[in-house]
Amino acid sequence: MSATDKLLDVQHVTVEFRIGGLVGGSLLVAVNDVSFSLDEDRPEIFTLAGESGSGKTTLSRLLLRDLEPTRGKVLFEGRDLATIRKRSEFKEFMKKVQPVFQNPFETFSPLRRVDAYLFDTALNFGMAPNHRAAAQVVEDALRNVGLSLEEVSKRYPHELSGGQTQRVSVARALISQPKLILADEPVSMVDASLRMEIVNLFRELRDEQKVSVIYITHDLATAYYISDRIGIMLRGFIVESGPVDDVLVRPFHPYTKLLKESVPEPAPKGRETWAKSITLGTTEVKEYGRVGCKFAGRCPQVMDICREVDPPDVQVERRMVKCYLYTEHAERLSPG
Amino acid sequence: MTLLHVENLCAYYQTELYGISRTVRAVDGVSFELFPNEIYGVAGESSCGKTTLIKVISGNVKPPLKVISGSVEFQFGSYGVDMLHISKEELRRNVRWKQISYVMQGSMSVLNPVRKIIKTFEDIVDTHDQITDKKKFLEQARDHVNRLGLPTEVLNCYPHQLSGGMRQRVAIALATVFEPSLIITDEPTTALDVVVQRGVLQMIKNIQAISRNTVLLVTHDMAVHANVADRVMIMYAGRIAEEAPTETIFNASLHPYTQHLIHSLPMIGERSDKAGLRGSPPNLANPPSGCRFHERCPFVMDICRTEIPEMVSVREQHRVACHLVKENTL
Amino acid sequence: MLRVIRDLLKYDRRFRIAFIFLMAVAFMFILSFFSPYDPNEIFVVPMDAPPSPEYFFGTNSRGQDIFWWMTFAIRNSLLMGVITAVISRVIAIIVGLSAGYEGGWLDKFLMSINDSFIVLPLLPILILLGFLLRDIMNLFLLGVILGFFGWPYDARLIRSQVLSLRERLFTRTAVFSGTNSFSITMEEHLPFVLPIVFATTINNMLWAIGMEVTLSVLGLSDLTTPSIGTALFWANQHGALVAGVWWWIAAPTLVAIILFLGLYLFFTSINDYIDPRTRLRLVGG
Repeated sequence: MSATDKLLDVQHVTVEFRIGGLVGGSLLVAVNDVSFSLDEDRPEIFTLAGESGSGKTTLSRLLLRDLEPTRGKVLFEGRDLATIRKRSEFKEFMKKVQPVFQNPFETFSPLRRVDAYLFDTALNFGMAPNHRAAAQVVEDALRNVGLSLEEVSKRYPHELSGGQTQRVSVARALISQPKLILADEPVSMVDASLRMEIVNLFRELRDEQKVSVIYITHDLATAYYISDRIGIMLRGFIVESGPVDDVLVRPFHPYTKLLKESVPEPAPKGRETWAKSITLGTTEVKEYGRVGCKFAGRCPQVMDICREVDPPDVQVERRMVKCYLYTEHAERLSPG
Repeated sequence: MTLLHVENLCAYYQTELYGISRTVRAVDGVSFELFPNEIYGVAGESSCGKTTLIKVISGNVKPPLKVISGSVEFQFGSYGVDMLHISKEELRRNVRWKQISYVMQGSMSVLNPVRKIIKTFEDIVDTHDQITDKKKFLEQARDHVNRLGLPTEVLNCYPHQLSGGMRQRVAIALATVFEPSLIITDEPTTALDVVVQRGVLQMIKNIQAISRNTVLLVTHDMAVHANVADRVMIMYAGRIAEEAPTETIFNASLHPYTQHLIHSLPMIGERSDKAGLRGSPPNLANPPSGCRFHERCPFVMDICRTEIPEMVSVREQHRVACHLVKENTL
Repeated sequence: MLRVIRDLLKYDRRFRIAFIFLMAVAFMFILSFFSPYDPNEIFVVPMDAPPSPEYFFGTNSRGQDIFWWMTFAIRNSLLMGVITAVISRVIAIIVGLSAGYEGGWLDKFLMSINDSFIVLPLLPILILLGFLLRDIMNLFLLGVILGFFGWPYDARLIRSQVLSLRERLFTRTAVFSGTNSFSITMEEHLPFVLPIVFATTINNMLWAIGMEVTLSVLGLSDLTTPSIGTALFWANQHGALVAGVWWWIAAPTLVAIILFLGLYLFFTSINDYIDPRTRLRLVGG
């Protein structure tokens, strides 16, 4: 398959941050040799799931071109994001890749009316020649999220609920008719009764608008509900990825297993198993600095080799697992 | 025997600025009881009044918050406290930490960022100066932390050296030094990852099981209630919608709001369509007439728009405020 | 606008006092246009008469009616303050906003100029400039000069505000709405910066008027123009205190106090009112 068939192609991306002073500082690898891709002609929802400090937010900044990788490449429609230099090129990129942010109360300026952002987007990306035509474009986008211009026009963010604001945020992202929407924890700050509405919206975008979505979350339950494929992140690595029905229903990697088990089930029947006691990780920096598998310190099935060398990516059935437990299933050589 | 009796509590935020006065009816006619040796969950969305409720219960009422009416009465064994009329001095000396302690989201406000954890322990002991032999107490503190399954080294750390989950567990350890009768926890795991959340909640459950005291667990996360609470109260727009044992809430709830909350929760391995609720939570400065849920309720009737539904006991320990239920039971 | 003034009058005591003081100042400002005497003419009234119903503030040793003379002084001092404030605000806003939002080399460049201005010993420089330019010095020129020195602190303040605004999520929303940096600055950031601009405007005016007094007392401004500073200069020249003509000193001092207090209270009151947080609370956000 040639690179141009990919909408987004992330190739062995690594992001390193230097923490501490000029002398004696240490290197923090926030994203470590991550690869994944989305196909051009098959819109899907791809979830990047992980806990805080797993590198998922760094990865999202990378995909929005807020950050450049230390090593590796991010290709969007075959073009390396690092080669985007001119403002016109960046604008062309933004037209196709749009973000939806986590905090609906911060997404829009409290001193500006929310519809101003919708009109700005329509006019700046040339979706409409003038304000009057833009109103139609804005109306269409709002209809897609179950709102109307009448409801949001001349309103300030605090006059709308968190759910409404988040829907306006999605509508804004839709105006330029993007091919990819990057949603970073879009429902974590939205009230429970409004949450599923937003989540359902992303499904509709994929099915009706043919937009691919990268859904970044720590919430495995909504991830299962909407996504097609998932990548589980741990301390900068994607440790397991594949179709959600495989990865979340029958997890292979011990970390994915632990994560899945820890999600409290919204029914009292699982109380006993959930209450089984678990080992918690030590401090964050310790796990980042660990040699070999980052999960080795907490893994119930740890082996000697896990503490020595990073595990290889192993293809098992339809999924990829980064774990020595599965190396005999595939004839891939361990690196190094 | 009850630990806490709250009767018809109304607590409003009253502000006045340049002649525009606003009254936010954050808690409006709430009555409930807490018993010894239980984990009582309070669930609800943002600005449903749950945080205001625990502010009043823990004696933390400051303007613009004002208690308009009602009573909040504790009975700690033979020691009775009227929380709305207690003096600050008595609250500080005899009630806080000793009878009621408080663990909140993030917990940084309990832990002094520039002091080692052990020093914070000491400070708490000092304010309550009920222990003369400090050395002996520190020994006890170490034992206490150990008993809760935390490494004793954390006592010699500064708060920023600990991970969020460890900090939260230390805060819980601090809150339980004096084995209080009531531990109030406000969204204790909201900012934490699932694995850590599980660890912290397990710790709360263990402490409760050992000391047989009462835990008031406030969180918006129904899944947490399902796994931790014994009884659950569902609040909506400043009022109680429903209260029942956890099993009943999840399997036989009667209020349409509770039913929605539970049925909208996604689960791994199950992908039936989950719908959101139309409309938005009401503005408590100007709440809807009648039942405050009526604008969003799928089963709304005429009476809901005009009359406030009464709280009805449908069976032992199960109370609902809904006209629908009242009709069916009559 | 009228409603805002009415609300503030009704609910803010600081504003009420400020309002009375500033009305008095404005009244004198307007009266200057109806003065029976030309301030440049001397010996038009009896000398050294103490305050009386006829000569409200008394007369001075140069035979001038101090009350009418002060009306000109207030007008001139205020106008000079406004000139300074306008010039320095324009510089502060441009420097602060662009350094804050653009960052990078522009920020470094602008801030190095900014900091150079901050560390300059201002008074000696102004004295030197006053001396060098003494032939062409007038209040307008002085206002312009002060304007060019009065911006750096406020530019830094605006820059720091913009730096934090730039990190706010809504700035990223604006970026991904395709908005260019100029519009982001004007539409997203300026509304947050305006309260600072307003607050510093009045501060800056007070500073300028005070500076004029300093320079005038030293005899380094245009002494033929009536101003609060030159009033004090002439009183000093004639040894007003020694001669017992205390009202010659008292009048400009009183006017200065009323003007300063009025502007200061006005600024604190308005500042609270236009604070974005107050605005949000008012509308119930």
